[in-house]
Amino acid sequence: MDVWFLTAGILVLWILISCIRAILGPTAPDRLVALDTINTLVVASMIILGVAYREVIYIDVAIVYALLSFVATLYIAKYLEGGP
Amino acid sequence: MIAEEVMQFLVLASLIITAYLSIKFKDLIACAISLGIFSFLLSLEYYILQAPDVAIAEAGIGAGLTTAIFILAIRGTERREVEE
Amino acid sequence: MWVDYLIYVFLGIGLTFNGLGAVGLLRFPDVYTRLHAATKTTTFGSIFTSLGVITFGIAQLYLTGNVPEDLPLITHTIIAVACLILTNPVSAHAVARAAHRSGVRPVKAVVDKLAEVRKK
Repeated sequence: MDVWFLTAGILVLWILISCIRAILGPTAPDRLVALDTINTLVVASMIILGVAYREVIYIDVAIVYALLSFVATLYIAKYLEGGP
Repeated sequence: MIAEEVMQFLVLASLIITAYLSIKFKDLIACAISLGIFSFLLSLEYYILQAPDVAIAEAGIGAGLTTAIFILAIRGTERREVEE
Repeated sequence: MWVDYLIYVFLGIGLTFNGLGAVGLLRFPDVYTRLHAATKTTTFGSIFTSLGVITFGIAQLYLTGNVPEDLPLITHTIIAVACLILTNPVSAHAVARAAHRSGVRPVKAVVDKLAEVRKK
């Protein structure tokens, strides 16, 4: 069994565990914390899968993704903070 | 090869869970966060199916732009969904 | 080869810390403690899984000498991890400040200095 696919599979299992907090969370900041955790885990699994498929160009998707998910998290946090 | 199939099954299960959550919640911010998680996982699914260009488009439009547009719309209207 | 075992050790450390982050997100009682558990451990674990990838790239570069295929693997992974390290604490700080200003109080906390400062 290839070790890279096994690592990516376990990372996706951690993503599924983090989704439970998005289901249960009593307030909106709890769900935002779950979103932030899922972002980091998805970037890590994208880097692992880029090596698993032996394609260098796939790692660039992870860079774009890490920078764009940051914008979404900051925007939701700015709304929850209140004000203009 | 079995690790890859198990990984894809876990991603699809997370997709179904978050898609159901985004229509179930009454708090619209929580719905927007669930839809953000849905689009992140959909990007990971495109990545597993070896379509990195579609994954970049999904990360840019789904993660960054759609969440910002939903937050702008919620800021203009009400946060809670009211019972008719 | 011994490089394979080094890669396995790095991937094992990274997976362990990512799992601790996910379990801590599930079991802690509060927004701030959940943020503490999730952000720190997942950043540390992602650094170590990417360090396994970088080690694999260096080993491939040393064994095969295929420079246009293996050198971008190393540099792009380093750039991705640098983006992750730069953006992750900033978003955690923004989430914590938004949670405090939207009225979520810490459970079981004895002192709350930020509320005292903002009350003045």
